[in-house]
Amino acid sequence: MSISRLILHQFRYDQKLFWRQPESVFFTVALPLIFLFLFVSIFGNGTIDVGGHSIKGSTYYVPGIVTLAMVSATVLNLAITLTILREKGLLKRVRSTPLPPWIYMAGRIGTAAGVTALLVAVVTLLGRLVYGVSVPTTTLPALILTVLVGTASGCALGFALAAFIPSESAAPAVTNAVILPLYFFSGVFIPTDDIPAAMQTIGDIFPIKHLFEALLTAFDPLTTGAGFEWLDLSIIAAWGLAALAVAVRKFRWTPRAG
Amino acid sequence: MTPVITVRGLRKAYGALEAVGGIDLDVHQGEIVAVLGPNGAGKTTTVEILEGYRSRSAGEVLVLGVDPAQATRGWRSRIGVVLQACLIEPLLSVEESLRLYSGYYPAPRSVDDTIELVGLTEQRQQRAGKLSGGQQRRLDVALALIGDPELLFLDEPTTGFDPAARRAAWEMIDNLRRLGKTILLTTHYMDEAQALADRVVIVKAGQVVAEGPPDQLGARDQATTRIVFEMVGVPADQPTPAVMARAIPVGDHLELSTHNPVVDLAELCGWAVAAQVELRGLQVSRPSLEDVYLELTGAES
Repeated sequence: MSISRLILHQFRYDQKLFWRQPESVFFTVALPLIFLFLFVSIFGNGTIDVGGHSIKGSTYYVPGIVTLAMVSATVLNLAITLTILREKGLLKRVRSTPLPPWIYMAGRIGTAAGVTALLVAVVTLLGRLVYGVSVPTTTLPALILTVLVGTASGCALGFALAAFIPSESAAPAVTNAVILPLYFFSGVFIPTDDIPAAMQTIGDIFPIKHLFEALLTAFDPLTTGAGFEWLDLSIIAAWGLAALAVAVRKFRWTPRAG
Repeated sequence: MTPVITVRGLRKAYGALEAVGGIDLDVHQGEIVAVLGPNGAGKTTTVEILEGYRSRSAGEVLVLGVDPAQATRGWRSRIGVVLQACLIEPLLSVEESLRLYSGYYPAPRSVDDTIELVGLTEQRQQRAGKLSGGQQRRLDVALALIGDPELLFLDEPTTGFDPAARRAAWEMIDNLRRLGKTILLTTHYMDEAQALADRVVIVKAGQVVAEGPPDQLGARDQATTRIVFEMVGVPADQPTPAVMARAIPVGDHLELSTHNPVVDLAELCGWAVAAQVELRGLQVSRPSLEDVYLELTGAES
């Protein structure tokens, strides 16, 4: 098989595996949609102050849930799946075949990216059709670039995080312990103005807040210009590159236990 | 005979602990060689060095003419590996798993033939997670075979099996012999080594303690045969045959060690029939591979 056909071959089976796993489908696909419905139903009709002006609650929560979905589909999904595959010895077995390791990873990343793209589209569409949140037009290139940078960094972070999770049973706990508080510190669930300053500062350090703010700019109808948040994008990319460096050095194919 | 695996002075140390302490090993084309030894003898470490998973501390290793530490894609397409723990994607069916893996190899075997070879024709559409332990292990072997390898590694292929599943696995491995595959298997079951291997290498504490065809191991073929029996109803005036002079009473029966079991048995039985004496519990035995193994590995059990 040629390299491109081999990548496609791997991607097809990885897609099958993703959609057959009830946990991954629930946590990655269903949960963000449930949150979208809950947050917009509860806070959608109020207004939220964003950078000196007010926007509708529903307009605020669409990029929030896009952030949540992107983080789930990349960081959480990869960190948990790769840890399980490693500890069960599936990665070790794949390593005994002539499949180049990078193609195996490309299949996983492709699956995560595909699910991310699907979720961004579904959340945006539901936001428009059900809650009347306008789809970005002039800021569409900024939205696409943010999704691309966010997905790439998220995948790198997933690989890096997997390297530090000791066992398959620890995987969901460790990833959620890291990610869940960050959603709160980053304004994804609760607008930043209502969050204590110390928490905001913590949020500033990590990439989730920057992903959310770059997405918020793209979805905000009052944004003037193209809406590229270069500083946020740079911070997300820096996290991605650092994670990549860690993943290259620390990622392992054989189980930690035994 | 073409050498497939050549190992000289292989050592592997983990800190102060030496897991493998200077092993020599030769496996030739078409041979089935069993590495037999208790848990912790260094079997898996040795095999994983040969498979390219682990580095070694010292020694020379050539597998299919290549040092596994410098494994290439081409080399990996010529070996098949069945690891110790069961490692199959539970959400793919038997057929899907094999199609996925067949895509990895330059010249794979047919999926249909491979399914038939391992006896999973009826489970073809079943998800691997729903297969029994024995069936999962067969799928594991099928995945190792799908690339049509020259050399197959089987690390404890039947550990944890019930007797029927083990018997079926042996039959399957025996089928592989007919394909002309070279197989290196590890096991801690003596009967498995005896049933499958052309040659057995016994390792203990990281060293080879004996090596040879199963029936010659530990000079088993030259060892004495033991004849055990109990005499019932010997008339008082009946003279006993000459061979009885060498029988030693052990408990309530007699034991006779001999290098000529046929001659001695003929004399003993001929006399017993003529004198109408019953030889209760007559047994003729040679030291089993298990006796040899336990003696060599010094297992206290």
